[in-house]
Amino acid sequence: MGLWMSRLLSMFGDKEARILVLGLDNAGKTTILYRLQVGEVVATIPTIGFNVETVTYKNIKFQVWDLGGQTSIRPYWRCYYPNTQAIIYVVDSSDTERISTSRDEFHAILEEDELKNALILVYANKQDVAGALSEAQVAEGLGLSDIKSRDWSIFKTSAIKGEGLFEGLDWLSNMLKNRR
Amino acid sequence: MASTAQDPSAPLLRGDKKEEDRDEETEFSPFFGIEKGLVLQEARIFNSPQIDARKCQQVITKLLYLLCQGETFSKKEASEVFFSVTKLFQNKDSNLRRMVYLVIKDVCPSADEVIIITSSLMKDMNSKTDLYRANAIRVLCSILDSQLLGQIERYLKQGIVDKSPVVSSAVLVSAVHLLEGNSEIVKRWTNEIQEAQHNVHSMVQFHAVALLHALRANDRLAVSKLVSDLIKSSVRSPLAQCLLVRYVAQVIAESTAAPTGETRPFYDFLESCLRHKAEMVIFEAARAICNMRNVTLRELLPAVTVLQLFLSSSKPVLRFAAVRNINKVAQTNPGAVVNCNLDMEALISDSNRSIATLAITTLLKTSTESSVERLLKQMTSFMSDIPDEFKIVVVEAIRTLCLKFPQKYRALMNFLSNVLREDGGFDFKKAIVDSVLILIREIPEAKEPGLAHLCEFIEDCEFTYLSTQILHLLGLEGPKTKEPAKYIRYIYNRIILENATVRAAAVSSLAKYGALVPELRPRISILLQRALHDNDDEVRDRATLYLRELGGLNGSTPSQSDYIDLNWTLPNKNLETCLRQYLENGATQPFDLAIVPAAAAEKPRAETGKSKGASALANGPAPAAVKQEAEVTNHAAQLQAMPQFAMYGDLFKTCAAQQLTEEETEYSVLCIKHIFDGHVVFQFDCTNTVPEQVLEDVNVIVDLAEAEEFEEETLIPLPRMAYGAVGQCWAAFSKPAGALTTGRFVNTMRSRVKEIDPSTGEEEEEGYEDDYQLEDVEVAAADYIKAEAVSNFRNAWEAADAESEMTDDYGLGVKDSLQDAVEAVTAILGLKPCEGSDAVPPNARSHTVLLSGLLPGNVQVLVRMMFGIDMSRNVAMKLVVRSDGPETSEAIHQIIQNA
Repeated sequence: MGLWMSRLLSMFGDKEARILVLGLDNAGKTTILYRLQVGEVVATIPTIGFNVETVTYKNIKFQVWDLGGQTSIRPYWRCYYPNTQAIIYVVDSSDTERISTSRDEFHAILEEDELKNALILVYANKQDVAGALSEAQVAEGLGLSDIKSRDWSIFKTSAIKGEGLFEGLDWLSNMLKNRR
Repeated sequence: MASTAQDPSAPLLRGDKKEEDRDEETEFSPFFGIEKGLVLQEARIFNSPQIDARKCQQVITKLLYLLCQGETFSKKEASEVFFSVTKLFQNKDSNLRRMVYLVIKDVCPSADEVIIITSSLMKDMNSKTDLYRANAIRVLCSILDSQLLGQIERYLKQGIVDKSPVVSSAVLVSAVHLLEGNSEIVKRWTNEIQEAQHNVHSMVQFHAVALLHALRANDRLAVSKLVSDLIKSSVRSPLAQCLLVRYVAQVIAESTAAPTGETRPFYDFLESCLRHKAEMVIFEAARAICNMRNVTLRELLPAVTVLQLFLSSSKPVLRFAAVRNINKVAQTNPGAVVNCNLDMEALISDSNRSIATLAITTLLKTSTESSVERLLKQMTSFMSDIPDEFKIVVVEAIRTLCLKFPQKYRALMNFLSNVLREDGGFDFKKAIVDSVLILIREIPEAKEPGLAHLCEFIEDCEFTYLSTQILHLLGLEGPKTKEPAKYIRYIYNRIILENATVRAAAVSSLAKYGALVPELRPRISILLQRALHDNDDEVRDRATLYLRELGGLNGSTPSQSDYIDLNWTLPNKNLETCLRQYLENGATQPFDLAIVPAAAAEKPRAETGKSKGASALANGPAPAAVKQEAEVTNHAAQLQAMPQFAMYGDLFKTCAAQQLTEEETEYSVLCIKHIFDGHVVFQFDCTNTVPEQVLEDVNVIVDLAEAEEFEEETLIPLPRMAYGAVGQCWAAFSKPAGALTTGRFVNTMRSRVKEIDPSTGEEEEEGYEDDYQLEDVEVAAADYIKAEAVSNFRNAWEAADAESEMTDDYGLGVKDSLQDAVEAVTAILGLKPCEGSDAVPPNARSHTVLLSGLLPGNVQVLVRMMFGIDMSRNVAMKLVVRSDGPETSEAIHQIIQNA
């Protein structure tokens, strides 16, 4: 009954999407999540585990899962892969040293069976920091050009300033609407 | 929480059943037929994108039910359930969230997986909803390790003084659990906990008091101080007050008894609690007073008075609690509760049978002689409607009563025989029969009526065990009564009607009448002859045996001599030996019982026991000490008389004998060590236990490979070792004078064995060399220590050279009690406890033992041992030694280190 009702709602009213926010530790995932939800920068501590919030944007209810990026937590990401429509992969553009680590994690995610239909949205975050890699450099560092037969997009963002985040969501909502 | 949780699932499960059977519906458990596999399947709905909160709650309820039933989940299952449950955090339904908290705590995923919910819980911990805050704190405290706990400590500390009582209690209770592994964190919250103790909410106060106590549980003084503080601060919550009463009781129990006449510490407080307005506090205080050690009548009185009031309360639980306590008091202080008798008599008809039984048994303990009959009358109606366990309690109480008032045996015996006729299980009947047996034994007048009741009982007894027991008793006691003949009918009926075991017992019983009562003998013989055709071997054999003993076999006239002894007096051991010999010799004549010696033959071992060493071992500890002293002088004289040892000087010490052979082997060898200043002499007491051989030139060859510091000086052989005689051979070793030389000696007995011809008794000419391996002898440092008390330890200690003092700490591991530890260490050192310091007072957490003794050369050794025991029964010891020099003191430490 409950399921039936919510299907009806999703056909006529809001659409729903389950989104995972992934990336290395200190990439800014939690800040992005709360910037999207409450529109403010909140003080965060390293996420041990996950945060889950609902963000409504352009008639789409995004259920956003922000999973901790520490090495000890990464193995458990896969437990949250099923039924995911999109991945927001967050990269700390100022952390040039770990871009290759980020690339490895990113490609591991792309390999996942359960995520093969998920949209890929990359945020090249921390653009406000001096010396941050550009959008193109991040795309190259991650090896985005190797991705074939999948929908992906990259945006330069600054979670602190609130720049680029909603542009990414625009792309996401358009893609999701097209799919239905 | 469980009750609210099971409600939603109840209609769900009942729904299916309703169509089948409406009647059963009310009895039907909502948890019927829940299976793990099925529930794990259902748990997949947690993963669905749209969460149905209601359905998820039901599934969690089932999971919790399974866990509570002891169902275990494999690691994989647990982690699957756990991760799917974490996905429910996206839902905001507060009831669902509450179930999520519960299931996470119970499903116990592995420690590294559990961190995945840390962030979510920390968020909930700071939520505005009290329910979330409290529960998140409880879960966090139960899953986090100390490092992560440190991160949230700030929030926990605040939580203690949170204005919501739920949150406050949650932190306090979690803290009690945290004490186990993370006590140092909790100790930092003392100020907040103190504040919570004054919280207006009674539950918070209760938890705070419990935590304050738990923090100090290891420290008796601190508990005592806490209790005094709490008494002054007037705890408001009745629950907390109950705890306080318990702690006070504990403090009283651990304090040393006050001298008579003085009031106990805290007794006034307990007494004041008897006037508290909450019943639970009143009861708790009354109970505490009743359970005090050596409680006096004056102290008991106020407590018993309030309990008496409870007896007529309208609440069954109060009546039960009161009567149970009064029952306990009646066991030790029956006089104190006599005043309650009237109230308890009213309780005999209480609708709650537990209360009624307790009332009855208490009354039986406290009643006076005059009221016994009245009580019995009331109980007869009552007995039929209580279960067996209660009946047994009543029967035991009646037995005690009967022993107390022997004049009343008639009434009580009648009562027992009445209940014996009632239906009941084996244990119940056995309790009655046992009681009757005891009464018959204790009260001579009760014997005949008792036997008559038992006779009646076996007429209709379904328990073989009881029948045989009673038949045996009838055989023993019946013939001695005035009219033995009247029992015969009952016994003979058993031979006709019962199973083989009872029949056999009846035959034995009958035969005793025949043996002891000459007038009955012809009649008994006739009855026994009928049993000759029984289809059971045992019954026939017994009948045959007894008929023969009675002289009535083959129809011959039974002998008329006055008394025939049927009792089997030959020791079984002797019979066995004779039968063995008989079989070995293959004799053709029939075996004659007359050759079996009637007196208990002494075993060869007992003969060796005559040798000095063994007798010291065999004696009880008290005479042994006296004897040993006598022996030392004895030994000293003996050794001095031997020219070989004369120059060794005075004998310092003789150690207890040690057996070097196993029991019941061909030879028995004991070793006794004699310690001299510069020598050690082994005395080997050898006994030959084989009649068919004799040993000559017996020598004990000692291998010194593991005792290098010793040097062999003399070996004195035993020229001849005949059967049964004890002879000595000796081995002497020199060692550095004054040193506590230790070593292990490997011994072999070498001898010439000569066989003896059993028919002629002559021994063979030549014989052969034989080596017989003996057990090793060890000379340990403790062997050099002679226990010798000093009259004033303190003076001796001060007089001893402080320079020689050596101190060390030892952990002795887990011991049952301090006393155990003290005894063990004292035994190892072989020193004498001084000033009675070896007795540890009950409940002591620490103790000091003073020991003294002598070393060769009459060097005095003084030892102080401080023992301490902690909550987990780990015993630690500090050992301080003073002697003539640091080396000697060090040697004493060595003994402990090597032990």
